[in-house]
Amino acid sequence: MSIEHELKNSSAERIEVDRVSKSFATRHRTVLALDSINLKIAEGEFVCLVGVSGCGKSTLLNIIAGLEQPDSGRVLANGEPVTGPGRDRMVLFQEHALFPWLDVMGNVLFGLKLKPGLTDKERIEVAGYYLQLVGLEKLRHSNIHELSGGMKQRVALARALAPNPRVLLMDEPFAALDALTREQLYGDLQKIWQARRKTIVFVTHNVREAACLGDRVILFSPNPGRIRREFSVALPRPRDINSVELAHYSTEITAALKGFTPGDGREASE
Amino acid sequence: MKRVLTSIVFFASLIAVWELAARYGGYSQVMFPPPSSVAKYLWQSAGDGTLGSATLVTIKRLLVGYAAGLLLGIPLGLFTAKFKIFQDTVGVLALGMQALPSVCWVPLALVWFGQTEAAMLFVVVMGTLWSVIIATSDGVRSMPPIYLRAAKTMGSTGLHSWVRVILPASLPYLVGGMKQGWAFAWRSLMAAEIFVVILTGFGLGQLLNYGRDLLAMDQVMAVMVVLIAIGLLADKLLFAPWERFLHRRWGTGTLK
Repeated sequence: MSIEHELKNSSAERIEVDRVSKSFATRHRTVLALDSINLKIAEGEFVCLVGVSGCGKSTLLNIIAGLEQPDSGRVLANGEPVTGPGRDRMVLFQEHALFPWLDVMGNVLFGLKLKPGLTDKERIEVAGYYLQLVGLEKLRHSNIHELSGGMKQRVALARALAPNPRVLLMDEPFAALDALTREQLYGDLQKIWQARRKTIVFVTHNVREAACLGDRVILFSPNPGRIRREFSVALPRPRDINSVELAHYSTEITAALKGFTPGDGREASE
Repeated sequence: MKRVLTSIVFFASLIAVWELAARYGGYSQVMFPPPSSVAKYLWQSAGDGTLGSATLVTIKRLLVGYAAGLLLGIPLGLFTAKFKIFQDTVGVLALGMQALPSVCWVPLALVWFGQTEAAMLFVVVMGTLWSVIIATSDGVRSMPPIYLRAAKTMGSTGLHSWVRVILPASLPYLVGGMKQGWAFAWRSLMAAEIFVVILTGFGLGQLLNYGRDLLAMDQVMAVMVVLIAIGLLADKLLFAPWERFLHRRWGTGTLK
């Protein structure tokens, strides 16, 4: 397989969540984290799942990733049921989850080395391409502990992109970063999404972030975890998180979120 | 450079004080020989091959026993972390055995294996094995589970995730355990060699004890010097590269 072929945009994937339910037993009671969730995500769509903590949005992401199994229902990726994790669906976690025993390059190569049909030289070229894409080409031999939080998340993004997945699943990947770094990453992520054409499912409790990134924003409510509303964000890209038009959307979504949330919904408005 | 100089001055003064005290301190030079006699013995015994062959015998026992302890201990440690049944059996056994100074195995080893290499090997393995098991299993169990989840999404399963994720993730613990195992093995081997005559090989411990029998304290001290040198060398060759790697990758080793 050639480099050109490897770097070619894979067709993004369509995801179908079909009546997925999942509950967790705590010591006192059973929590219905997901109550018969139906969700269709189109090829190449950028979808944000928003809700307060404990509404099941991360659980749904893990089920789509194949890291957890639903109690009932199923997830289809391009019509095929998801039974476990797969290279076509990469996950970006809130904690960067980079491996400290490898340098930056080693981390980005990790998934590529497990991908058959490439020579080692090609793998290194591909990894270099993605490091360039996230703007860290110069740090390929750095150790993970030497990077800032934002850089770590960029490396994690390059590592997730490197095996050329068709779906990118992101679980509050920017939540632990400072506001400025986050804003940069919003821009970068939109650019990368447009360049690499992936289906992206992005979990967040930050409404503004969701409105900035998503084609669609899906609102979850907890106890039991349900989808309550959907918003389409019809703004041109790249979007600026501080724009007035965006503020309009996030106000609307926040208001809706408060309506579905017991308490004052402070967690969700951020 | 300045630090090297400081060290040289310190040790040179130490040796000078020792030399002067032994020569002019009014002590018996048999009981308290000066460093020059120790050096002379080292020179002679190195020349006639006594020291070299004893060192070889000891190092061979140590390396073979230590390697066997690692080869046995690391897989057992992994199993202990992974399988409940190992945790409740081997894990508990290792905790108990680690509390036992491994020199306590010497009498049993002699009765079981006689004055042979097997007895020495047994003592060294007993010194190494348990701390390696415990360190490996602790290392695996303290690994953040997110590493494995991330690896899974990238297609790592089974043996690959053990070798490429779990083992390297536990490396900081593992190297600590290997060092501890080495220290235990080394000490117990010396105790065993000093205690008993092994018919199959004359090691450094025996050379040291032989010096006591001859009332040749220069010999005793010379062997002690060699033991120190071996310890330092082992640290440099076996562990320092690993520790440098750990410090570089994990960013540990300096107080910032």
